[in-house]
Amino acid sequence: MSERVEVRKTFKLYIGGAFPRSESGRSYAVHAAPRSGRSTSSGSNTGAFLANAAMASRKDARDAVVAARKAQPGWAEATAYNRGQVLYRVAEVMQGRSAQLVDEVAAAEGLSAAKAALSVDTAIDRWVWYAGWADKLAQVVGGLNPVAGPFFNISAPEPTGVVAILAPQQSSLLGLVSVIAPVIVSGNTCVVVTSQDRPLPAVTLGEILATSDVPGGVVNLLTGVTAEMAPWLASHRDVNAIDLTGAADASNVSWGELEAAAATNLKRVRRPAGEAEAAVEPDWRLTPDLSRMTDFLETKTVWHPKGR
Amino acid sequence: MTTVAHDLPPVSDNAALTRWLHGLPGVDQVGLEARAAGLSTRSIKTTSKAWAIDTAISMIDLTTLEGADTPGKVRSLCAKALVPDPSDPTTPRPAAICVYGDLAHVAREALGDSGIHVAAVATAFPSGRASMPVKLADTRDAVAGGADEIDMVIDRGAFLSGRYLQVFEEIVAVKEACRRPDGTSAHLKVILETGELATYDNVRRASFLAMRAGGDFIKTSTGKVAPAATLPVTLLMLEAVRDWRELTGVQIGVKPAGGIRTTKDAMKYLVTVSEIAGPDWLTSDWFRFGASGLLGDLLLQRQKLATGAYSGSDYVSID
Amino acid sequence: MPTFDYAPAPESRSVVTIANSYGLFINGEFNDGHGTPFDTINPATEEVLAQVSEASTADVDRAVKAARTAYETVWSRLSGADRGKYLFRIARLLQERAREFAVLETLDNGKPIKESRDVDLPLAAAHFFYHAGWADKLEYAGLGPAPRPVGVVGQIIPWNFPMLMLAWKVAPALACGNTVVLKPAETTPLTALLFAEICQQADLPPGVVNIVTGAGATGQAIVEHPDVDKIAFTGSTEVGKLIARTIAGTRKRATLELGGKAANIVFDDAAMDQAVEGIVRGIFFNQGHVCCAGSRLLVQESVHDDLVHRLQRRLATIRVGDPMDKNTDLGAINSATQLARVTDMVAVGEAEGAHRWSPVCELPSRGFWFAPTIFTGVSQAHRVAQEEIFGPVLSIITFRTPAEAVAKANNTPYGLSAGIWTEKGSKILWMADQLRAGVVWANTFNQFDPTSPFGGFKESGYGREGGRHGLEGYVTTGGAR
Repeated sequence: MSERVEVRKTFKLYIGGAFPRSESGRSYAVHAAPRSGRSTSSGSNTGAFLANAAMASRKDARDAVVAARKAQPGWAEATAYNRGQVLYRVAEVMQGRSAQLVDEVAAAEGLSAAKAALSVDTAIDRWVWYAGWADKLAQVVGGLNPVAGPFFNISAPEPTGVVAILAPQQSSLLGLVSVIAPVIVSGNTCVVVTSQDRPLPAVTLGEILATSDVPGGVVNLLTGVTAEMAPWLASHRDVNAIDLTGAADASNVSWGELEAAAATNLKRVRRPAGEAEAAVEPDWRLTPDLSRMTDFLETKTVWHPKGR
Repeated sequence: MTTVAHDLPPVSDNAALTRWLHGLPGVDQVGLEARAAGLSTRSIKTTSKAWAIDTAISMIDLTTLEGADTPGKVRSLCAKALVPDPSDPTTPRPAAICVYGDLAHVAREALGDSGIHVAAVATAFPSGRASMPVKLADTRDAVAGGADEIDMVIDRGAFLSGRYLQVFEEIVAVKEACRRPDGTSAHLKVILETGELATYDNVRRASFLAMRAGGDFIKTSTGKVAPAATLPVTLLMLEAVRDWRELTGVQIGVKPAGGIRTTKDAMKYLVTVSEIAGPDWLTSDWFRFGASGLLGDLLLQRQKLATGAYSGSDYVSID
Repeated sequence: MPTFDYAPAPESRSVVTIANSYGLFINGEFNDGHGTPFDTINPATEEVLAQVSEASTADVDRAVKAARTAYETVWSRLSGADRGKYLFRIARLLQERAREFAVLETLDNGKPIKESRDVDLPLAAAHFFYHAGWADKLEYAGLGPAPRPVGVVGQIIPWNFPMLMLAWKVAPALACGNTVVLKPAETTPLTALLFAEICQQADLPPGVVNIVTGAGATGQAIVEHPDVDKIAFTGSTEVGKLIARTIAGTRKRATLELGGKAANIVFDDAAMDQAVEGIVRGIFFNQGHVCCAGSRLLVQESVHDDLVHRLQRRLATIRVGDPMDKNTDLGAINSATQLARVTDMVAVGEAEGAHRWSPVCELPSRGFWFAPTIFTGVSQAHRVAQEEIFGPVLSIITFRTPAEAVAKANNTPYGLSAGIWTEKGSKILWMADQLRAGVVWANTFNQFDPTSPFGGFKESGYGREGGRHGLEGYVTTGGAR
């Protein structure tokens, strides 16, 4: 019996809940990474051809910001309980599609099936961990302030707004969810520039998000050349914050220049990990602290007199 | 300025009156008290202080309201009013002597045509717990005894249970009872007893109710309930008379009573009168202090200004 | 008609001694700077108060080195409890010498003595008290595991609340174990230099607090210094962006407290008399030299005329004049430069067609003065509704519905503060949720407290100062990031 001819998938962008091709009509070839003994390899992807990914342009980035801005108030106004449920649902759907994710991560990162499976499991668990924070974060980082006067005074966190994220270049799924989940759990929406060379798991994550209950525009995923899109997002005046994590190992990207551009409208900037000018990708296997959430929060303090 | 309250809704029934009173802007306690605290930091020195002391003396309703009051005690108080400081004939006289109604005639005789008014408390002062005929008889008796000012108390029970129309009608009736046979009328001061009204929203509503019912003055307290007059309450009532004049063209006086004992206190009240209601209220026709001990301290401070040396209580006559 | 005129009630100037000239405070002692000395003047009289050293780049480097040495050899090794005791000492010393500081602040800044006496100095001392207690409790602050100091902190503060801003900056920095190089504003350096004496009286180890005077160039030298680990800046959004750009690509951290154009929103069901007080406190407190000033009054159209009438009546009682007089409500504009800025913006408002009104008030002939001013008939498009004026100038805009009020309030690149006036509780909470501002005052305005975090959204800056949140900017923690 001859082997069945597989039906292949077209990898597209994820913007405002839809899956468009790049407005530029461009695509680029994505290759597998060579096999590596590490949990994520940092080698270049020189292996077999996997697929053509859409190569998003600055105009796609612009459209993604519009979609993220439009979705932001509604997502922030959803109850924390509801956001938690929606995010947990994402983990459920990830679990259901874990076989596909394992294949894609294995190919993207050059991992054995076992290592890829571990990475996917960790990614799902990471998502569940962040989902649970939705209705707890305000209690942990907010609270009453005992002011010296007849006032009720309370500080509570609020989402900072629209966040641009340079997703990590190496860890195609675990790293990706580790930067997206903490941003959206509090009510931010985001525009994500995926790993340039390992974008395919991100597109699958987009499909997972679209088939969970995440409203369109909350997460927007742009595959393509990091160095091409990042400056536009860094200088975009309707973006409130930028996460430069994925500047590590991104070719032709200077995180310092992006940070300088972000000063245009005083974006909140999360610098890449590392010392001095060097940017390194974190070890995503470690349970993170709260900073990936709190870096994209504003503290709002409300005063009211107490009287009769 | 209009002279008739024609813009006001009719006082036809309790529901209409309630809607009107509850439609007045609310009062934020913390903000009001902060404003009063701010005004009380005004620093009154030298010539201003001299002016304010004399003005305060001239605004005093020199008061004795004790069960133990006698004709002798009242005559002694009147003598002090006539000559507040024997060492200084330029010392102004207080505005009035304030006594219980049965002693009004004693004060009337003692004060003669000095121009010092006789104020009498009435309407079952201080509780106001008596039937209407008794309250009206109490009022007429004081007027007949020579009182030219009547300090009535409102029925706080009726007010707090929402029977605003009853409070309104009682004030109207007492005002009528202030009328003398010759057609003239004793001035009516309406005591809100703000310490029992408990909230500033109630004080504002009671002020508007009393002004609308025809009170000539609104007065904070009987002096028998703590807290008596406070600066924030007085400030609020000064806002009420200011707003009432803008609304109707009618000017109403304000009298804080009880607990104002020092010159420093009196300065704060005068600052508040000046900055909240305005200079039109800075005479004894429109602002009074209901007090007994205050005069003594004002006289001590007056002597200090005159002589440059601190004075002592032996240099001021006890009433 | 009788009038109650308040006779002059001047605070005594003799409680403070001002030297003819001041050096820089580096490593626990005063020494001369190598820049060009400059005068600091009393803005109410234009009298020269003292000559002050300008710190050159080399002087800043000396100060940073002193701070680094103090950090490594003394301050970061001290127990939290001992750091706290130094801060308690400073708090007490400030209380003991509060009158002296208040008088000096008023002379150098032009703000009314009643404000420096009743607001700036008590709050400055309170900040030291509050943070003193944190010094040995940081691991309980919920900042993350194993909090450690950041290192040497460069702090640049503005002229509107010189001593209070110093306290906001220095107290948390020291409590968390950092050492400080502080630059006060060039027009108001004197209380910071007097604070140096407090550090000496407290026996604070040399180099823990260093004070360098100067203008923008000195500030720039601090920002650019490679051995400064963190910048804490309060000032204009323009300079804030410059700082953000300068430190981009380094590991230097920053907290920025910048400009604002706060909406103070009055609904028809507000407690009107208190709302009027809140409006006055919002824009005329400290001559309107307040980043969180309620400079845009959004008033519900149905009560616009009544509110403006009440406001005008109230403004007629504001006493403008000698800041040293205890009855002065509105003092001098801080500098000729700032006066020119306010004057220009008011001319712009008139040219744009807004209606200008001020109460009758006599302004002194010498010094820098501006009468309290309101603009009615302002729309969102006017520059006086968009740009920070930083003076006693209020722009009044109307709205019809809560949603319109929110839209107009948020329609600015700033997001520092906002005010809401209504007696309806649910409306307050809904509005507070909608407003994009770091501090929301409901039925009050311009309240500050050491326990209450302060700071903005959007272009009003980032980071918070005060409260538990304010500590975050002064520690690093040991968790996986």
